[in-house]
Amino acid sequence: MLGWLALFVIAPTAILLVYSFCDRDELGRIVFSFTLDNYRRVLDPIYLRIFLRSIGYAALTTGLCVVIGYPAAYCIGRARESVRQRLLLLVMVPFWTSFLIRTYAWITILKQEGLLNSMLQALAVTAAPLDLLYTPFAVVVGLVYAYLPFMILPIYGSVEKLDGALIEAAHDLGAGPLRVFSSVIIPLTLPGVAAGTLLVFVPAIGMFAVTDLLGGARVPLIGNVIQNQFLQARDWPFGAALGVVFLLLFAAAYWLLQRRAGRGWEGVA
Amino acid sequence: MNAAIELRAVTKRFGATAAVDGVSLTVRAGEFLTLLGPSGCGKTTLLRLIAGFETPDTGVVLFGGEDVTHEPPQRRNVNQVFQSYALFPHLSVRENIAFGLRMQRIPAGAMAARVAEAVALVALGGLEARMPHQLSGGQRQRVALARALAPQPAVLLLDEPLSALDAKLRHGMQLELKRLQRQLGTTFIFVTHDQEEALTMSDRIALIHEGRVEQVGEVHEIYHRPATAFAAEFLGQANLLEAELIESAGGSVRVRMARGPILRLPREAWPAGETRALLSVRPEKVHVSKTLLTGENTFEARVEEEVFKGATDRLVVTASTGVRLTAIAANESAWVEPIHEGDRVWCALHADDLVVVRQSGNSA
Repeated sequence: MLGWLALFVIAPTAILLVYSFCDRDELGRIVFSFTLDNYRRVLDPIYLRIFLRSIGYAALTTGLCVVIGYPAAYCIGRARESVRQRLLLLVMVPFWTSFLIRTYAWITILKQEGLLNSMLQALAVTAAPLDLLYTPFAVVVGLVYAYLPFMILPIYGSVEKLDGALIEAAHDLGAGPLRVFSSVIIPLTLPGVAAGTLLVFVPAIGMFAVTDLLGGARVPLIGNVIQNQFLQARDWPFGAALGVVFLLLFAAAYWLLQRRAGRGWEGVA
Repeated sequence: MNAAIELRAVTKRFGATAAVDGVSLTVRAGEFLTLLGPSGCGKTTLLRLIAGFETPDTGVVLFGGEDVTHEPPQRRNVNQVFQSYALFPHLSVRENIAFGLRMQRIPAGAMAARVAEAVALVALGGLEARMPHQLSGGQRQRVALARALAPQPAVLLLDEPLSALDAKLRHGMQLELKRLQRQLGTTFIFVTHDQEEALTMSDRIALIHEGRVEQVGEVHEIYHRPATAFAAEFLGQANLLEAELIESAGGSVRVRMARGPILRLPREAWPAGETRALLSVRPEKVHVSKTLLTGENTFEARVEEEVFKGATDRLVVTASTGVRLTAIAANESAWVEPIHEGDRVWCALHADDLVVVRQSGNSA
């Protein structure tokens, strides 16, 4: 286990860290020296804006995932045992196909003569096809689609653990359905929401495939910028520096959320 | 007597089985009523119908004469102590107890006083800020009790609340619950499968069997005058003997036990028009003596089995006619000559202790 970690997690991160302080020659080869130039460039307002935009998109994605995923997870968690297994299967089925293929599928849905536009026109909702693909809308749809299961599953976990007697006790003590939801169900399923938020927010910041395919590179996020440094610009040291900063932000966000989630209660029966 | 709760012909089915089958029951205001029965008899479903967690398929539930059959639990003036306690794990002891008061929108000052009162009632002082997971089982039980009592419900429902406690704690809590009920005057409906617990605490017991009320009565009545064979055997022990009418004269009847002696009973004790019936005799009502007993309802027997239990002796005796009876004799003093296996003894039964019971199952 430790060896596995060293090989696949610690070593790549260490290489990234070393590269981020290096220089490069005209052909893009790494020149081992010590410079802080790469980090200075990270602070460029352009990248800062992209960073903030990425956080914005990730936050919106997370928010939508909570709004869509919570009711879904709650219904699954409260369903009868036999139904529950089937519903859970439906959540997992998309994982059987490559993520890229599923994202391509969204192109055929969202493009001008795509499924959604033909439907809207057939139903006479719109006269002319809408520009859906290669817009921020398409990016958010793609991101929410990609990460929704990662929100549903942890929330489902906490809903399923929720003791039905607690809900009955709250009703018994005079709480109506809304009060039961706000004073008992929400607080007790918050750990699931926190875990889901972490699982969606953090990877959503760095996502580049969705933005490439559905955003048409019109809305570059930080993931695209880093990818470009490595594959197109051949500026590995700068890409590494972006990656390191990004990693530190992840770690900070993770730590903050974990601390919040852990501060609740323990030994929930 | 005021009826706090009344059930009229209430039936609740789950699939094909009737968990509660045509139950009519009146709960008097201020009494300690126990719903007693083996597991799966429907007593918990009955409680849930009263709490409002279940709605009956047919029948009516009345609170103080008012039909609440279709009212949800939050609109019923009853609170429940759950078997699992169901304390809110994210709330402190104080917040748990205040939950019901918050729902009643009690002002902050009055609420603090009411919480303090409830805390004092169950002797939880000093633990108000603890979280449920920091409490022992007995303490959680008290929090659950305080939480259910704080809103001052007309009726408190208790669903086997003591079953998770160890024996010593359970006995202490039984007496405490009874004391609490007397002190508050609140109607308690207590569900248990433990007959000793039911006898210790209750004013009245409703014996539940296969979704029906087998018998309702004061504890003494239900113990001394069981109505059915099930009642006789579930609450305490009983010798069940088949008897046949042989003569009816004046104020009494003479009956012959199967393979047993002839006994004389008061005429009103025997079901009119019947020639056969089942008699129940409690083991402690079978008097066993080493000296000759003569007269009505006495017979000679042999001791088959003797188990010394300290305060009592448990004997199995066989009458000369062949019938076997279990007897429990008090070990009154050390200088009375003890009874041993194989001894020749005389047994006496008091006519009032011979109770005709119905076969169970056709009790309704």
